[in-house]
Amino acid sequence: MEFILAILIGIFYAAGLYMMLRRSLVKLIIGLILLGNGANLLIFLLGRITKGLPPIISGESPVFLGAYADPIPQALILTAIVISFGLQSFAIVLVKRAYTVVKTDDLDQMNSTDQFS
Amino acid sequence: MLTAILTGFLFSLLLVFAGKYLKGKLAILSALVPLGLFIYFLQFVETIANGEIISQNVEWVPSFGVNLGFTLDGLSLIFCLMITGIGFLVFAYTAAYLKGHEYLDRFYGYLGIFMGAMLGIVLSDNIISLFVFWELTSLSSFFLIGFNNKEESSRKSAILALVITGFGGLFLLSGALILGSVAGTFTISEMLISKDLISESPHYIIIVAMIFVAAFTKSAQFPFHFWLPGAMKAPTPVSTYLHSATMVKAGIYLLMRFTPVLGSTEFWNSTLIIVGTVTMLYAAIHTLFRTDLKGVLAYSTISALGILVFLIGLGTEEALLAACVFILVHALYKATLFLVTGIIDHETGSRDITLLSGLRKVLFPVAIAGFLAAISNAGIPPSFGFLGKDLIYEATLHFGNSAIFLTALAIITNILLLYAGFLAGIKPFSGKLPENFSKVHMPSFLMWIPPLILAVLGILIGIFPSIIQESLIQPAVTSLGENGGDVLLKLWHGFNTILALSATTIGIGIMLYFLIKPTKKVEIAIEKLEFISPKTITEKFGDAFHYFSSLWTNLFQNGYLRHYVSTIILFLVAVMGYTLLKNTRYRLDYSSFTALTIYEVITVAIMIAGILYTVFTKSRLAAVAALGIVGLTISLIFVYYSAPDLAMTQFSIDTLTVILFVLVLYKLPKYLNLSDYKTRIKDGILSIAFGALISILALEVLAEPQSSEISEFYAENAYLLAKGKNVVNVILVDFRGIDTFMEIAVLTIAAIGVFALLKLRMTAKERITTENKK
Amino acid sequence: MKTVILKTASNYLLPLLLLFSFFILLRGHYLPGGGFVGGLIAAIAFVLHAFANGLENTKQLLRIHPGFLMPVGLALALFSGFSPIIFSDLPFMTGIWFPEPLSVVGMVGSALFFDIGVYLVVVGVSLTIIFTITESA
Repeated sequence: MEFILAILIGIFYAAGLYMMLRRSLVKLIIGLILLGNGANLLIFLLGRITKGLPPIISGESPVFLGAYADPIPQALILTAIVISFGLQSFAIVLVKRAYTVVKTDDLDQMNSTDQFS
Repeated sequence: MLTAILTGFLFSLLLVFAGKYLKGKLAILSALVPLGLFIYFLQFVETIANGEIISQNVEWVPSFGVNLGFTLDGLSLIFCLMITGIGFLVFAYTAAYLKGHEYLDRFYGYLGIFMGAMLGIVLSDNIISLFVFWELTSLSSFFLIGFNNKEESSRKSAILALVITGFGGLFLLSGALILGSVAGTFTISEMLISKDLISESPHYIIIVAMIFVAAFTKSAQFPFHFWLPGAMKAPTPVSTYLHSATMVKAGIYLLMRFTPVLGSTEFWNSTLIIVGTVTMLYAAIHTLFRTDLKGVLAYSTISALGILVFLIGLGTEEALLAACVFILVHALYKATLFLVTGIIDHETGSRDITLLSGLRKVLFPVAIAGFLAAISNAGIPPSFGFLGKDLIYEATLHFGNSAIFLTALAIITNILLLYAGFLAGIKPFSGKLPENFSKVHMPSFLMWIPPLILAVLGILIGIFPSIIQESLIQPAVTSLGENGGDVLLKLWHGFNTILALSATTIGIGIMLYFLIKPTKKVEIAIEKLEFISPKTITEKFGDAFHYFSSLWTNLFQNGYLRHYVSTIILFLVAVMGYTLLKNTRYRLDYSSFTALTIYEVITVAIMIAGILYTVFTKSRLAAVAALGIVGLTISLIFVYYSAPDLAMTQFSIDTLTVILFVLVLYKLPKYLNLSDYKTRIKDGILSIAFGALISILALEVLAEPQSSEISEFYAENAYLLAKGKNVVNVILVDFRGIDTFMEIAVLTIAAIGVFALLKLRMTAKERITTENKK
Repeated sequence: MKTVILKTASNYLLPLLLLFSFFILLRGHYLPGGGFVGGLIAAIAFVLHAFANGLENTKQLLRIHPGFLMPVGLALALFSGFSPIIFSDLPFMTGIWFPEPLSVVGMVGSALFFDIGVYLVVVGVSLTIIFTITESA
């Protein structure tokens, strides 16, 4: 399964990057989300995946009795998911705002402030 | 002494507040500052003449060995007196020259900074502080050259001068740092002790070369000389003060100061002789082709500086004595000539030598000053210049086997310099007065007294050389490491070779003056050769750099986000790809992987289909829906692999994201196929390469052993220390609580940002833009 | 989307979902759940209500602007961090607990208050974003 997941993460990254390279603002955000999902999965995979052993101490025992999934990547991804929601909503609103001001969602039309002459 | 240096800076600072009053009648009062300093330094003359050295040490950055150490010895004293003395005359002169000028206060401010910095250079006993003052003079020179900042040529010259002298300053810094580390001290007087250590060090050549570049740029030596004629764009008082009397001699000072430490080696002497000779001849010949008075003076200054470098290069006792004397000689007559030129320019409005003549009838005292200066410049007895020239010939004649050759070169230079001096000091005043100049009247006494004082001094010292012999010259030569005890300055040496040489120089020079008339034609003709001059080459270099940097910037900073992204990714793919290809072993241990189950395969298949659909669909809504499916399948993956918390969070977030997208999206325009086919293929290839790279990277990392100490700590102590059984939650709210707190703070900021973006009203400017678009 | 079924359902779903979200929050220390998930569920509950009944009704129901939940939550989280300094003279963010466990919740301590803070912030943030966008869309 790890092998398939690695390939899947590659697809996530490739798709995310491809969308980010498009000129449409909406596609840029979709690309960002795909990239974020890929990154979450990458962290998840690299923390080694374990089946059916959540990092929750069961029963009355104060410590783990057997194997358990690594909790650190999970904690990391959990915060990453929530943060990326904040980021995405901000980006989406930024796009909307930019669209109302510039009246285009073509990124190439928005480069006028950045040109070095 | 620190007080003396600071006076200049404080004076400038004061002008920021008091500048308004200075523009009125109080300008002349500012001349009291250099005058006071001049008197202050005069009182040391006797002490120094008795062979004492006054030093003062103020700790500045003691941890780096950088102190504000000041030493006043013979050499410094000559320079201090020149800086403050000529400074006084120039300050007074300026009061009339720039009377009523809008920026008079600024001008005095720059002059004050310059004076302080220049005193700092000649008094510093620490190379680092010397460097700081050195750069300060470059800066103040930049502002003074560009004083007429509305003229493009002024600004250009100022930048050129700053670039060249600043470039030299960097060399001074690096040279000073190497020298300091070799000598083990940054204090110049302490370096004298370790002279042998320095000259035997493997870095000796580098140190000397760097000091040379610094001195040559500052003192306008070939091939760095070209900024000085450009610097003549500055008002004449500046040319007088900075670009003939003091600042350009900072390089000379540096060479003299380091002669006892670094000098007397083959490399030191021969380089200085060659550079000095080339400069003095090259610039002297150039004076023949100039018709602008200040141009003539600029080139003759360069030539005189060349003579000084040449003398320091000879390095004999006689040569150094000659150099000390010539510094004073040159400062006196060249400052006079510049001030005279300034008066002519101020009163007639022209500096063209071909137009000016007969001005003695209207500007008689000025004509006297010009004449006396020209006499001194020519070395005609009984002037001080005669003494100086004699000493030069004496130095060259007594210089070993190439004596005759060097003497001949010195004679040629002196002949040409004489011509230049006559051109500037006598030519404008002789002959018939043209009609249009008949109404010219004498300027304020503030303007004609200073040159007259200097010119008369030049003659007086010539007649009574004993005034300065013991008090100034002797200690100066002593401080150069030579025995200055037997210095004897005399006007009359009897009939000997030197007298004959002097007579030859004067004779040919005067003949030249009557034979050659400067014309525009020659000047224009010589300008055709400009394309191979060092100036043009430097400017071409500058242009090329400018062109290249704008090309570079426009290539990478072109304002297209996706170009930035693709450049970064391309670089990453190339670098990482290379490393991976080189070091990867492609050894996958399938046995350690978890087994595949059918529902997992189906989940992944759905996910891949979702991604591909998101990427390739033409409908935005479909893309968002597909994105939602992808998010849900991710949460399924989390469920399979023991992450219930993640699954729940992913599920809720996915729901909210889709809602958000749908809310915003249908207000946005439809997808457009903006990129052409070729770009898409190119981006596609890059993306696939990037994805493949990440996949390989992930597999590589999986093949490495994993360290899980931290996880084990958290897992084992979750209940014991934090009384929680859900380890993920315990990490979030207890072990890493501060991180989580920061995270919710960031979330809050994002929410406030969204609120601000949508709720706050547009600014007026945006509204106009929006309306224009409509 | 103002169908009768959804409208009726949402009226019952809102309290149920809120209760559920609170349950998720409280059990977070022992079983899957916690402030983040709980907060998101609560936010979804309100969004659902807003879709069914219109934003104005939901706002009336809330009485206060959801944005105010953010500073309240932040303050609560910060307070729970400072509580060990105040009550037990222990360093910042050290966990302290009441001696007796509560049923369902388990041990009540500073960590729980911190989680409640997180919960409030997440609800506030999500609702502020969604409501703002809905209003200006």
